[in-house]
Amino acid sequence: MERIYIFTRFERFWHWAQALLIIAMLVTGFEIHGAYKLLGFAQAGQLHTSAAWALITLWVFAIFWHFTTGEWRQYIPTMKNIDKVVRHYAWGIFQGEPHPFKVTRARKHNPMQAQAYLAVKVLINPLIWISGLAYLYYNELEAAGMALNLGTIALLHTIGAFLMLAFLIGHVYLITTGHTVTAHLKAMITGWDEVEEQRH
Amino acid sequence: MKINLAALLGGLLVAGALQAVEAPAPTKLNTTADHSKFKELQHEFASGPEVTKACLTCHTEAALQIHRTKHWTWEVINPLNNQRLGKKNVINNYCISTATNLGACATCHVGYGWVNSSFDFKSQVNVDCLVCHDTSGSYKKLPGGGQPPVKDTENPPGSGKIVKAIDLAAIAQKVGKTSRDTCGACHFFGGGGDGVKHGDMDTSLASPDKEVDVHMDATGLDFTCSTCHKAPAHDVVGSRYMPTGKDSGDAHMRGKVNKSNPATCQSCHGQAPHKAGAQPAKLNQHTDKVACQTCHIPQFARGGVPTKMHWDWSTAGKLSPEGKPMLKTDAKGHVIYDSRKGDFVVAENVTPEYGWFNGEVTYTLLGDTVDKSNGITLINALGGSASDGRSLIWPMKVMRGSQPYDPVNKTLVKPHVAGNDDTAFWKNFNWEKAIETGMKAANAPFSGKVDFLKTEMYWPITHMVAPKEKAVGCNECHTKGGRLDKIEGVYIPGRDANHLVNLIGWLAAGATLAGVLLHGLLRIVRRKN
Repeated sequence: MERIYIFTRFERFWHWAQALLIIAMLVTGFEIHGAYKLLGFAQAGQLHTSAAWALITLWVFAIFWHFTTGEWRQYIPTMKNIDKVVRHYAWGIFQGEPHPFKVTRARKHNPMQAQAYLAVKVLINPLIWISGLAYLYYNELEAAGMALNLGTIALLHTIGAFLMLAFLIGHVYLITTGHTVTAHLKAMITGWDEVEEQRH
Repeated sequence: MKINLAALLGGLLVAGALQAVEAPAPTKLNTTADHSKFKELQHEFASGPEVTKACLTCHTEAALQIHRTKHWTWEVINPLNNQRLGKKNVINNYCISTATNLGACATCHVGYGWVNSSFDFKSQVNVDCLVCHDTSGSYKKLPGGGQPPVKDTENPPGSGKIVKAIDLAAIAQKVGKTSRDTCGACHFFGGGGDGVKHGDMDTSLASPDKEVDVHMDATGLDFTCSTCHKAPAHDVVGSRYMPTGKDSGDAHMRGKVNKSNPATCQSCHGQAPHKAGAQPAKLNQHTDKVACQTCHIPQFARGGVPTKMHWDWSTAGKLSPEGKPMLKTDAKGHVIYDSRKGDFVVAENVTPEYGWFNGEVTYTLLGDTVDKSNGITLINALGGSASDGRSLIWPMKVMRGSQPYDPVNKTLVKPHVAGNDDTAFWKNFNWEKAIETGMKAANAPFSGKVDFLKTEMYWPITHMVAPKEKAVGCNECHTKGGRLDKIEGVYIPGRDANHLVNLIGWLAAGATLAGVLLHGLLRIVRRKN
């Protein structure tokens, strides 16, 4: 086993803070949506808004970090070897085969993973953020001559939330698909990933 | 030491000089005119008009100003729909109408002697100054002409009950600004008793604490009615006939010409009144759709005085086995049946109903077609919708009832209820006679047939503003089955959702979960060792 340091300290902080905030926002968001009663609408709304601003702040830093470190390149989509990755999850994993993708410092996500994260970053997140900010400022938008129906804003925001929920479920499950059940989790906590040595 | 001594001496001299400034003579600071010093008021008055005559010697324009107001004419044309309104014309579902009942009703007219159509509306001395400007609390007027009792008077005649004489000179010498008591002397008792009509106005507002009304709080802000209902030239603003449904203007500013209604919340508080609290910006965003009153008046009739919520005239007229009119009271002593009036439902701390309101009120007047088969007849239909841009969601008292109508001519009727004569319903319990008299006086046709139909009357609620801590919280509307459950045309988070998106969303999330669980299960099953 070879150990490589793939997740820097900021990256791990960003990930876990984001995880906490997104889960909190899903829980409070679906309460605001009327799916259940937990904290009460007022509390849920307040927490949701506070978490939103915290996440926006975190995001500003994360975007800055991605561009200054060049880490944004991790998400450039590629189809190379994607068939092998798909085959692994659909078949190989049940046969105890090792993952066909080898994590390196320069390319720490497998092609399927990178595409999923890119989709979150360029589709789900903007949908949630833009509709969320419109939700917070719809009166100001109306005053500025961009009258939007609150129902439409809420609809888009809800669609974003469902997509994020589905992503989260998949994401949490895929944590367990490392070479051991907890390997990925450990890597995200310590920053160090254990990579099987390339077979000759 | 020397220097210190000099300083001390200098100090004493200055102090001495200050003491030499004479204290101003004691005076009244709340008025420039002590009416007890006026010769015109220092003699006995034999009647109300005599007092008015004295008032007019100085306040030369006062009576003519009053003549222009609906407090005097009891008549007003709604410019929006040209309906002829005012107490003289409207029909409600309380005591129904003033028409032939002026002897009782006009006790609350700001004049002397209006009992029938012969009343002189041009007379200046018939204006009653004292009913609004009394500060002594001892002024009163008797039914049957609205004259003050200048000598001990039996009232009602033949009842053996004596109303003590009042000293008009003493009252006249103590006149001042209007107060909660003077306005309340009539407005608290609308509908024939304390709190009966409005729901948000009753005697608990005479000297309320902060819990009942933050503005009128007698030991706090101590607003009088006229603090909001400012009355230039005696013409009190903020009429229920032509209310302001949505005030989109800024708070009024001194010197700035502003013709909008100065009795609205916004005329003082503006459009973004929430400054503190958890989410002031979010609360301010509500002001384009929700009236201030909707959150800030969580209940009405909060001062311990119940208001009538339902009045069923159709059961009136039942007499005791001895042939006497009956009164039934509930456990708290409130009348719930009166042979003269029928069955009542009274209630305290009532949660309002809610609806869109843009300020347009359309009354069902005498002569308008009504029909039992059309369901409930609206005494006053309120205009408003989510989409007209002029409406807010308002809290309402909805007065429901059943009242007589003419099933042949299909009109509401004006029964003659009060009076000591052969046809007054309260004396004879005969609807046909009472309605015939009333309709004749109103110059309206009556078929002779009487039936009862269900009516509703809407009262947008605006008084009894609770302390902000007691305002309606978010959770009471942002939920299914909440206070605004029936409000249409607006998306309320927590109440509304797109069911298709919900279905697809939960299915997608569920399918993802099922997919990964199945995947995991397969991994476990397939694991060797």
